Amino acid sequence: MRTLLYSLVLLAFWLLLSGHFNNPLLVGLGLGSVLLTVFLAKRMNILDHESFPIQLSPKLPRFSLYLLKEISLSNLDVLRRILSLRKNPISPRVQTLPLPHKTDLGRVLYANAITLTPGTVTLELQGDNIIVHALSKESAASLATGQMAAAIPEVPAYANPAKGSPA
Amino acid sequence: MTILDLLSWLCLTLGGLVGVIGAFGLLRFPDFYSRQHAAGTTDTLCAMLILLGLGLQAGLSLAAFKLAAILLFLIITSPVATHALANAARQSGLKALTSDDTSDDNSGSKP
Amino acid sequence: MIYAAALFAILVTLGLALIRALLGPTVFDRIAAINLFGTKTVLLIAVIAFYTKRLDLLDIALVYALINFISVIALQRLVAQKEFHSGPDHNDQGGQKVFAAKEGQS
Repeated sequence: MRTLLYSLVLLAFWLLLSGHFNNPLLVGLGLGSVLLTVFLAKRMNILDHESFPIQLSPKLPRFSLYLLKEISLSNLDVLRRILSLRKNPISPRVQTLPLPHKTDLGRVLYANAITLTPGTVTLELQGDNIIVHALSKESAASLATGQMAAAIPEVPAYANPAKGSPA
Repeated sequence: MTILDLLSWLCLTLGGLVGVIGAFGLLRFPDFYSRQHAAGTTDTLCAMLILLGLGLQAGLSLAAFKLAAILLFLIITSPVATHALANAARQSGLKALTSDDTSDDNSGSKP
Repeated sequence: MIYAAALFAILVTLGLALIRALLGPTVFDRIAAINLFGTKTVLLIAVIAFYTKRLDLLDIALVYALINFISVIALQRLVAQKEFHSGPDHNDQGGQKVFAAKEGQS
Protein backbone atom coordinates (compact mmCIF):
# COMPACT_ATOMS: atom_id res chain seq x y z
CA MET A 1 0.00 0.00 0.00
CA ARG A 2 2.67 2.46 1.08
CA THR A 3 4.97 1.22 -1.68
CA LEU A 4 2.30 1.68 -4.34
CA LEU A 5 1.49 5.19 -3.15
CA TYR A 6 5.18 6.06 -3.02
CA SER A 7 5.66 4.88 -6.61
CA LEU A 8 2.69 6.93 -7.77
CA VAL A 9 3.98 10.06 -6.03
CA LEU A 10 7.43 9.57 -7.54
CA LEU A 11 5.97 8.98 -11.01
CA ALA A 12 3.82 12.12 -10.76
CA PHE A 13 6.87 14.07 -9.59
CA TRP A 14 8.96 12.79 -12.50
CA LEU A 15 6.25 13.60 -15.04
CA LEU A 16 5.70 17.10 -13.69
CA LEU A 17 9.41 17.89 -13.52
CA SER A 18 10.27 16.57 -16.97
CA GLY A 19 7.16 17.64 -18.84
CA HIS A 20 7.35 14.64 -21.20
CA PHE A 21 3.94 13.03 -21.48
CA ASN A 22 3.75 11.43 -24.93
CA ASN A 23 7.20 10.14 -25.80
CA PRO A 24 7.02 6.41 -24.98
CA LEU A 25 10.80 5.97 -24.72
CA LEU A 26 11.30 8.83 -22.27
CA VAL A 27 8.26 7.95 -20.17
CA GLY A 28 9.46 4.33 -20.12
CA LEU A 29 12.88 5.41 -18.92
CA GLY A 30 11.22 7.56 -16.25
CA LEU A 31 9.12 4.61 -15.15
CA GLY A 32 12.30 2.54 -14.96
CA SER A 33 14.02 5.11 -12.75
CA VAL A 34 10.97 5.26 -10.49
CA LEU A 35 10.96 1.48 -10.12
CA LEU A 36 14.72 1.46 -9.43
CA THR A 37 14.26 4.12 -6.72
CA VAL A 38 11.41 2.20 -5.10
CA PHE A 39 13.43 -1.03 -5.25
CA LEU A 40 16.43 0.64 -3.60
CA ALA A 41 14.22 2.24 -0.95
CA LYS A 42 12.64 -1.12 -0.16
CA ARG A 43 16.06 -2.76 -0.06
CA MET A 44 17.43 -0.13 2.32
CA ASN A 45 14.26 -0.53 4.39
CA ILE A 46 13.79 3.23 4.73
CA LEU A 47 10.19 3.31 3.51
CA ASP A 48 8.27 3.56 6.79
CA HIS A 49 5.91 5.88 8.59
CA GLU A 50 8.68 8.41 9.24
CA SER A 51 10.18 8.84 5.79
CA PHE A 52 6.80 8.87 4.03
CA PRO A 53 4.21 9.99 6.60
CA ILE A 54 0.92 9.53 4.75
CA GLN A 55 -0.86 9.18 8.08
CA LEU A 56 -0.33 12.92 8.59
CA SER A 57 -2.00 13.97 5.35
CA PRO A 58 -5.52 14.63 6.72
CA LYS A 59 -4.10 17.04 9.29
CA LEU A 60 -1.56 18.67 7.01
CA PRO A 61 -3.65 21.50 5.44
CA ARG A 62 -4.71 22.91 8.79
CA PHE A 63 -1.18 22.68 10.16
CA SER A 64 0.25 24.40 7.07
CA LEU A 65 -2.22 27.25 7.38
CA TYR A 66 -1.40 27.67 11.06
CA LEU A 67 2.33 27.61 10.29
CA LEU A 68 1.88 30.17 7.50
CA LYS A 69 0.08 32.54 9.86
CA GLU A 70 2.72 32.13 12.58
CA ILE A 71 5.58 32.63 10.10
CA SER A 72 4.03 35.82 8.72
CA LEU A 73 3.32 37.33 12.14
CA SER A 74 6.72 36.53 13.61
CA ASN A 75 8.43 37.72 10.42
CA LEU A 76 6.76 41.11 10.76
CA ASP A 77 7.81 41.25 14.41
CA VAL A 78 11.47 40.48 13.60
CA LEU A 79 11.49 42.96 10.71
CA ARG A 80 10.09 45.63 13.03
CA ARG A 81 12.86 44.92 15.52
CA ILE A 82 15.56 45.08 12.83
CA LEU A 83 14.35 48.49 11.66
CA SER A 84 13.68 49.82 15.15
CA LEU A 85 15.69 52.92 15.99
CA ARG A 86 15.82 52.19 19.69
CA LYS A 87 19.18 51.43 21.20
CA ASN A 88 18.24 47.92 22.23
CA PRO A 89 15.32 46.56 20.21
CA ILE A 90 16.05 42.95 21.08
CA SER A 91 16.28 41.05 24.35
CA PRO A 92 17.75 37.65 23.45
CA ARG A 93 17.45 34.79 25.89
CA VAL A 94 17.95 31.04 26.14
CA GLN A 95 15.01 29.11 27.53
CA THR A 96 14.27 25.52 28.39
CA LEU A 97 10.76 24.42 27.50
CA PRO A 98 8.97 21.11 28.04
CA LEU A 99 8.62 18.82 25.04
CA PRO A 100 5.19 17.17 25.20
CA HIS A 101 5.54 15.01 22.08
CA LYS A 102 6.35 11.37 22.44
CA THR A 103 7.09 10.28 18.87
CA ASP A 104 10.22 11.22 16.96
CA LEU A 105 8.13 12.58 14.11
CA GLY A 106 6.18 14.89 16.42
CA ARG A 107 9.40 16.13 18.02
CA VAL A 108 11.02 16.82 14.67
CA LEU A 109 7.93 18.68 13.46
CA TYR A 110 7.80 20.76 16.64
CA ALA A 111 11.51 21.64 16.60
CA ASN A 112 11.37 22.52 12.92
CA ALA A 113 8.26 24.63 13.40
CA ILE A 114 10.03 26.54 16.17
CA THR A 115 13.08 27.13 14.01
CA LEU A 116 11.01 28.02 10.96
CA THR A 117 9.27 30.89 12.71
CA PRO A 118 11.83 33.69 12.95
CA GLY A 119 12.43 34.91 16.48
CA THR A 120 12.93 31.45 17.93
CA VAL A 121 15.60 28.87 17.10
CA THR A 122 15.86 25.36 18.51
CA LEU A 123 19.29 24.86 20.02
CA GLU A 124 19.09 21.39 21.47
CA LEU A 125 16.79 18.55 22.42
CA GLN A 126 17.52 17.14 25.85
CA GLY A 127 15.35 14.25 26.91
CA ASP A 128 11.91 15.70 27.46
CA ASN A 129 13.09 19.29 27.25
CA ILE A 130 13.80 21.55 24.32
CA ILE A 131 16.32 24.38 24.58
CA VAL A 132 15.30 27.41 22.58
CA HIS A 133 17.00 30.69 21.76
CA ALA A 134 14.48 33.51 21.51
CA LEU A 135 15.08 36.95 20.06
CA SER A 136 12.82 38.79 22.47
CA LYS A 137 10.83 38.44 25.65
CA GLU A 138 7.59 38.42 23.67
CA SER A 139 8.56 35.61 21.31
CA ALA A 140 9.76 33.50 24.23
CA ALA A 141 6.51 34.14 26.09
CA SER A 142 4.35 33.24 23.09
CA LEU A 143 6.24 29.98 22.73
CA ALA A 144 5.89 29.21 26.44
CA THR A 145 2.09 29.27 26.17
CA GLY A 146 2.32 25.93 24.36
CA GLN A 147 0.01 27.00 21.56
CA MET A 148 2.41 25.82 18.88
CA ALA A 149 3.08 22.55 20.67
CA ALA A 150 -0.65 21.82 20.64
CA ALA A 151 -0.90 22.50 16.91
CA ILE A 152 1.61 19.83 15.90
CA PRO A 153 -0.19 16.91 14.25
CA GLU A 154 0.70 13.74 16.07
CA VAL A 155 -0.97 10.46 15.32
CA PRO A 156 -1.76 8.43 18.45
CA ALA A 157 -1.39 5.14 16.60
CA TYR A 158 2.34 5.75 16.42
CA ALA A 159 2.68 7.14 19.92
CA ASN A 160 4.59 4.09 21.10
CA PRO A 161 7.77 3.65 19.04
CA ALA A 162 8.46 0.30 20.73
CA LYS A 163 5.63 -1.29 18.74
CA GLY A 164 7.73 -1.18 15.61
CA SER A 165 6.79 0.39 12.32
CA PRO A 166 3.69 -0.94 10.64
CA ALA A 167 4.47 -0.62 6.95
CA MET B 1 -0.14 46.00 -17.26
CA THR B 2 -2.88 43.81 -15.90
CA ILE B 3 -3.92 43.48 -12.28
CA LEU B 4 -2.06 40.15 -12.10
CA ASP B 5 1.15 41.80 -13.24
CA LEU B 6 0.68 44.50 -10.63
CA LEU B 7 0.12 41.93 -7.89
CA SER B 8 3.14 39.96 -9.03
CA TRP B 9 5.30 43.10 -9.07
CA LEU B 10 4.10 43.94 -5.57
CA CYS B 11 4.99 40.46 -4.29
CA LEU B 12 8.43 40.51 -5.93
CA THR B 13 9.27 43.97 -4.64
CA LEU B 14 8.03 43.26 -1.14
CA GLY B 15 10.01 40.02 -1.13
CA GLY B 16 13.15 41.83 -2.21
CA LEU B 17 12.56 44.46 0.47
CA VAL B 18 12.17 41.80 3.16
CA GLY B 19 15.39 40.18 1.92
CA VAL B 20 17.34 43.44 2.14
CA ILE B 21 15.98 44.19 5.61
CA GLY B 22 16.84 40.69 6.78
CA ALA B 23 20.39 40.99 5.43
CA PHE B 24 20.64 44.37 7.16
CA GLY B 25 19.64 42.65 10.38
CA LEU B 26 22.36 40.08 9.73
CA LEU B 27 24.80 42.99 9.85
CA ARG B 28 23.17 44.86 12.70
CA PHE B 29 22.46 42.24 15.35
CA PRO B 30 25.13 41.79 18.01
CA ASP B 31 25.76 38.05 18.28
CA PHE B 32 25.58 34.85 16.26
CA TYR B 33 22.32 33.49 17.68
CA SER B 34 20.33 36.67 17.15
CA ARG B 35 21.72 36.95 13.63
CA GLN B 36 20.18 33.56 12.92
CA HIS B 37 16.74 35.10 13.47
CA ALA B 38 17.45 37.81 10.92
CA ALA B 39 18.64 35.17 8.47
CA GLY B 40 15.43 33.27 9.20
CA THR B 41 13.24 36.10 7.93
CA THR B 42 14.98 36.09 4.58
CA ASP B 43 14.76 32.31 4.44
CA THR B 44 11.00 32.19 4.91
CA LEU B 45 8.99 35.31 4.09
CA CYS B 46 11.35 36.61 1.38
CA ALA B 47 11.43 33.26 -0.42
CA MET B 48 7.66 32.89 -0.12
CA LEU B 49 6.89 36.33 -1.51
CA ILE B 50 9.34 36.14 -4.41
CA LEU B 51 8.27 32.64 -5.43
CA LEU B 52 4.61 33.66 -5.09
CA GLY B 53 5.25 36.64 -7.34
CA LEU B 54 6.91 34.41 -9.93
CA GLY B 55 4.08 31.89 -9.59
CA LEU B 56 1.53 34.58 -10.44
CA GLN B 57 3.49 35.21 -13.63
CA ALA B 58 3.73 31.52 -14.46
CA GLY B 59 0.03 30.80 -14.12
CA LEU B 60 -1.09 27.18 -13.94
CA SER B 61 1.80 25.44 -15.65
CA LEU B 62 4.78 23.17 -15.09
CA ALA B 63 6.85 26.20 -14.09
CA ALA B 64 4.43 26.92 -11.24
CA PHE B 65 4.84 23.35 -10.02
CA LYS B 66 8.62 23.72 -10.10
CA LEU B 67 8.37 26.94 -8.11
CA ALA B 68 6.20 25.17 -5.54
CA ALA B 69 8.77 22.37 -5.34
CA ILE B 70 11.57 24.90 -4.79
CA LEU B 71 9.54 26.57 -2.02
CA LEU B 72 8.82 23.19 -0.40
CA PHE B 73 12.51 22.23 -0.45
CA LEU B 74 13.56 25.59 0.97
CA ILE B 75 10.95 25.37 3.75
CA ILE B 76 12.01 21.85 4.68
CA THR B 77 15.77 22.38 4.51
CA SER B 78 16.24 25.88 5.94
CA PRO B 79 15.22 25.10 9.57
CA VAL B 80 17.37 21.96 9.50
CA ALA B 81 20.42 23.92 8.37
CA THR B 82 19.73 26.70 10.89
CA HIS B 83 19.30 24.23 13.74
CA ALA B 84 22.44 22.30 12.75
CA LEU B 85 24.48 25.50 12.76
CA ALA B 86 23.05 26.77 16.06
CA ASN B 87 23.53 23.37 17.66
CA ALA B 88 27.14 23.19 16.45
CA ALA B 89 27.82 26.68 17.81
CA ARG B 90 26.33 25.70 21.17
CA GLN B 91 28.29 22.46 21.28
CA SER B 92 31.50 24.34 20.63
CA GLY B 93 30.80 26.54 23.64
CA LEU B 94 29.80 29.79 21.95
CA LYS B 95 27.88 31.75 24.54
CA ALA B 96 24.61 33.45 23.70
CA LEU B 97 24.35 37.12 24.50
CA THR B 98 21.49 37.59 26.95
CA SER B 99 19.96 40.91 27.82
CA ASP B 100 19.11 40.36 31.48
CA ASP B 101 19.13 37.68 34.13
CA THR B 102 15.63 36.35 33.54
CA SER B 103 16.69 33.50 31.30
CA ASP B 104 17.27 30.27 33.14
CA ASP B 105 20.23 29.08 31.11
CA ASN B 106 22.61 31.73 29.89
CA SER B 107 25.72 29.67 29.31
CA GLY B 108 26.58 27.72 26.21
CA SER B 109 28.44 25.06 28.16
CA LYS B 110 27.20 21.51 28.18
CA PRO B 111 25.74 20.42 31.51
CA MET C 1 10.57 45.38 -16.06
CA ILE C 2 8.58 43.59 -13.38
CA TYR C 3 11.65 41.73 -12.27
CA ALA C 4 14.18 44.56 -12.19
CA ALA C 5 13.40 45.66 -8.63
CA ALA C 6 13.49 42.09 -7.28
CA LEU C 7 16.77 41.36 -9.10
CA PHE C 8 18.37 44.51 -7.69
CA ALA C 9 17.11 43.77 -4.16
CA ILE C 10 18.43 40.21 -4.28
CA LEU C 11 21.82 41.46 -5.47
CA VAL C 12 21.95 43.96 -2.59
CA THR C 13 21.06 41.13 -0.19
CA LEU C 14 23.88 39.03 -1.61
CA GLY C 15 26.29 41.92 -1.09
CA LEU C 16 25.23 42.41 2.54
CA ALA C 17 25.53 38.69 3.23
CA LEU C 18 29.02 38.75 1.72
CA ILE C 19 29.99 41.60 4.06
CA ARG C 20 28.84 39.54 7.03
CA ALA C 21 30.80 36.54 5.73
CA LEU C 22 33.93 38.70 5.52
CA LEU C 23 33.42 40.32 8.93
CA GLY C 24 32.86 37.10 10.79
CA PRO C 25 33.76 37.14 13.68
CA THR C 26 33.14 33.45 14.37
CA VAL C 27 33.23 30.73 11.74
CA PHE C 28 29.53 30.02 12.40
CA ASP C 29 28.64 33.56 11.34
CA ARG C 30 30.45 32.96 8.09
CA ILE C 31 28.64 29.69 7.46
CA ALA C 32 25.28 31.31 8.27
CA ALA C 33 26.07 34.09 5.80
CA ILE C 34 27.01 31.53 3.15
CA ASN C 35 23.76 29.69 3.84
CA LEU C 36 21.82 32.91 3.27
CA PHE C 37 23.89 33.56 0.15
CA GLY C 38 22.95 30.15 -1.22
CA THR C 39 19.24 30.59 -0.50
CA LYS C 40 19.23 33.95 -2.20
CA THR C 41 21.12 32.47 -5.16
CA VAL C 42 18.27 30.00 -5.63
CA LEU C 43 15.81 32.90 -5.72
CA LEU C 44 18.12 34.83 -8.06
CA ILE C 45 18.24 31.92 -10.51
CA ALA C 46 14.45 31.62 -10.38
CA VAL C 47 13.96 35.34 -11.09
CA ILE C 48 16.54 35.24 -13.90
CA ALA C 49 14.68 32.27 -15.41
CA PHE C 50 11.57 34.42 -15.71
CA TYR C 51 13.50 37.56 -16.68
CA THR C 52 15.15 35.87 -19.67
CA LYS C 53 12.07 33.68 -20.42
CA ARG C 54 14.19 30.54 -20.17
CA LEU C 55 12.15 28.42 -17.79
CA ASP C 56 14.63 25.52 -17.97
CA LEU C 57 16.70 27.42 -15.46
CA LEU C 58 14.13 26.53 -12.81
CA ASP C 59 15.50 22.98 -12.77
CA ILE C 60 18.91 24.40 -11.94
CA ALA C 61 17.37 26.42 -9.11
CA LEU C 62 15.75 23.26 -7.78
CA VAL C 63 19.04 21.36 -7.82
CA TYR C 64 20.88 24.32 -6.31
CA ALA C 65 18.44 24.40 -3.38
CA LEU C 66 19.36 20.80 -2.55
CA ILE C 67 23.10 21.25 -3.10
CA ASN C 68 23.13 24.37 -0.93
CA PHE C 69 21.57 22.47 1.96
CA ILE C 70 24.03 19.59 1.67
CA SER C 71 27.01 21.95 1.42
CA VAL C 72 25.98 23.83 4.56
CA ILE C 73 25.56 20.59 6.50
CA ALA C 74 28.94 19.36 5.22
CA LEU C 75 30.65 22.63 6.22
CA GLN C 76 29.10 22.44 9.66
CA ARG C 77 30.29 18.86 10.13
CA LEU C 78 33.78 19.82 8.97
CA VAL C 79 33.96 22.72 11.42
CA ALA C 80 32.67 20.54 14.26
CA GLN C 81 35.37 17.96 13.57
CA LYS C 82 38.40 20.09 12.92
CA GLU C 83 38.00 22.56 15.76
CA PHE C 84 39.06 25.52 13.68
CA HIS C 85 36.48 27.76 15.27
CA SER C 86 38.29 30.79 16.54
CA GLY C 87 37.80 34.50 16.65
CA PRO C 88 37.92 37.59 18.81
CA ASP C 89 34.71 37.07 20.77
CA HIS C 90 34.81 33.32 20.83
CA ASN C 91 35.29 31.78 24.23
CA ASP C 92 36.80 28.42 23.46
CA GLN C 93 37.65 27.14 26.90
CA GLY C 94 34.62 24.85 26.88
CA GLY C 95 34.95 23.65 23.32
CA GLN C 96 38.07 21.52 23.58
CA LYS C 97 36.72 19.41 26.40
CA VAL C 98 33.39 18.78 24.71
CA PHE C 99 35.01 17.58 21.53
CA ALA C 100 37.51 15.42 23.37
CA ALA C 101 34.67 13.75 25.25
CA LYS C 102 32.65 13.23 22.08
CA GLU C 103 35.55 11.64 20.24
CA GLY C 104 36.16 9.34 23.17
CA GLN C 105 32.60 8.12 23.06
CA SER C 106 32.43 7.28 19.41
